[in-house]
Amino acid sequence: MALDRWIALVLLSICLLYGYTAWLTMDANLAPFMQRKPIWPSTFPKVLSIFGIVLSLIILLGLEKAEQTVGEIDYRKLHEYKLGQAILILGLMVVYAICLRPIGFLGSTTAFLVLGSFILGERKWLVMFTVSLLTAGIIWYLVQEVLGIFLRPLPFFLGN
Amino acid sequence: MFEGILIGLQTALSLQNIIMVIGGCLIGTFIGMLPGLGPMSIIAIMIPIAISLGDPSAALILLAGVYYGAIFGGSTSSILLNAPGVAGTVASSFDGYPMAMQGKAGKALTIAAIASFAGGTIGAILLMIFAPMLSSVALLFHSAEYFGLMVVGLSAIAAFAGNGQVAKALMMTVLGLMMATVGLGSLFNMPRFTGGIMELQSGFGFVTLAMAMFALPEAIFLVLKPKNLGDSGGEIKDLRISRAEARAIAPVIGRQSVQGFFIGVLPGAGATIASFLGYAVERNIAPKHEQAEFGKGSIKGLAAPETANNAACTGSFVPLLTLGIPGSGTTAILLGALIALNVTPGPRLMIDEPQIFWAVIMSMFIGNLVLLVLNLPLIPYIAKVLAIPRNYLIPFILFFTLMGAYIGQNNATELLLLVGFGVCGIALKFANFPLPPLLIGFILGGMLEDNFARSMQLYGGISFIWERPMTLGLLIIAVTLVLLPSFRAMRTRAKGN
Repeated sequence: MALDRWIALVLLSICLLYGYTAWLTMDANLAPFMQRKPIWPSTFPKVLSIFGIVLSLIILLGLEKAEQTVGEIDYRKLHEYKLGQAILILGLMVVYAICLRPIGFLGSTTAFLVLGSFILGERKWLVMFTVSLLTAGIIWYLVQEVLGIFLRPLPFFLGN
Repeated sequence: MFEGILIGLQTALSLQNIIMVIGGCLIGTFIGMLPGLGPMSIIAIMIPIAISLGDPSAALILLAGVYYGAIFGGSTSSILLNAPGVAGTVASSFDGYPMAMQGKAGKALTIAAIASFAGGTIGAILLMIFAPMLSSVALLFHSAEYFGLMVVGLSAIAAFAGNGQVAKALMMTVLGLMMATVGLGSLFNMPRFTGGIMELQSGFGFVTLAMAMFALPEAIFLVLKPKNLGDSGGEIKDLRISRAEARAIAPVIGRQSVQGFFIGVLPGAGATIASFLGYAVERNIAPKHEQAEFGKGSIKGLAAPETANNAACTGSFVPLLTLGIPGSGTTAILLGALIALNVTPGPRLMIDEPQIFWAVIMSMFIGNLVLLVLNLPLIPYIAKVLAIPRNYLIPFILFFTLMGAYIGQNNATELLLLVGFGVCGIALKFANFPLPPLLIGFILGGMLEDNFARSMQLYGGISFIWERPMTLGLLIIAVTLVLLPSFRAMRTRAKGN
């Protein structure tokens, strides 16, 4: 089965779950005054769930005639691309999200930029560190000191 | 009116105010490039500085400069990095980013700058002439008409529904609309589809979703299939627009300046609807061979939303200055600044304090001109961003997407959501599902439901659809625009057989 049909199957499941919530559970705790109104919080979601189910079935069953086109990247030949680098980069983003608060903005951002370049094959350590440190410092100054949006610069054990 | 223009020019052309407008445009442009910091946040940040000036004209001139600068800055990140930081510049990335990918970054930025200048300037002329008259027309638009307008805005998805992709484009739109229903919602004040998760009470963040669907998949595709963006044609810095190209975009700019302005006048519509509508209209009236170019780097597809969003920003000043009604979040903040400066916008502003009213209008002309003069020489340097080697550029793009999501919500969970949605975006892109319709549905979904619900409550059902001719007309236009590609495809297949 082609990837778009697998995705349609996932979307169908999401729409069914969404529809179940809209049709069967959402109105249970509706206040009496709300029940007298012509539109309920579930009205729009109910309509959307029907559209969603019909459309995902059209894609899943291949009812719309479409030319088979390969996108920018052929997912059937993923091994021919730099898949490892892509997965590592996504993993690095997750680690950055988790470490941003405890390690602080300056340390985690510098590490993210240096490791990101490293994963992609860069080995000019001096350039990597200089550029990363400068970027982290400038962005921190701009966001926190100029714009007044709090970004903890240092690790939690060194205070704010 | 002439007297007013002279008063306005005298005020706006003082040395202090010229410095204000230049400073505002520069600050707005550079901060606006950061995804997550749209005009609203930048103006909010600048308010204390504006108020400290003490002079209402200077303060408004500074804030108007920041406003225009931020919109242009937002377009820059949309075009170069496919990272639209605000909803009003999403449509600019549909064709701006493909142009940048084809090595035409300089040309794309020049078209954006010229279209923005023209949209802002023509909008300011219309504001000058029609402001008092239009304020009463804007009030005739009710929720039923707004609902119709939102549905026409949704028809912009038709641009992504070619080649038998109607079902996929519609599915993505419905998915976006579904995502917009998550959270408390403004009308019902009841959590929906949150699954008891507190973080979802305020719904999904726009910036998070925009970054996850646009910038992140693009960056990961660049990792998977390495190429240096600067290698695409060697004309990255080239700003020149040929005579034929200028002739092609001139009517688009003319039409969208007027259309965008009038949409901007309607409270609540604003730059986002104007840009999507502008894109949809221009695509649908373009000759057939040009329609195929939309979404793949069409200059008309870039000029239309860029002109429309700037003209709409100018239009949004009509209800603010003449009625004291803020038509958008940004003008609401400007209203707050005006009140803090002891100026009460409304019908009497033009009579009681003409120097402020006219100075703001004149500053729009000067602001747009300054923006063009400042930005054109900077474009080659801004476009050089794409010439940064891939090994450095990709981590930077990803860092800015993360920062955009973090600044918008100030919440680290948002970053995990960004990566999660990003992975979904990559899978959808692999399977050729068009992603812009998802974002269009998400952006317009909340407003669409609110106006639909209000109309239902007012009319006690869906009778408003046929009882209000303008709503019915708008809905028929929208359905035609969406279904047209399908009919065309069917006709072509029938001819082929």
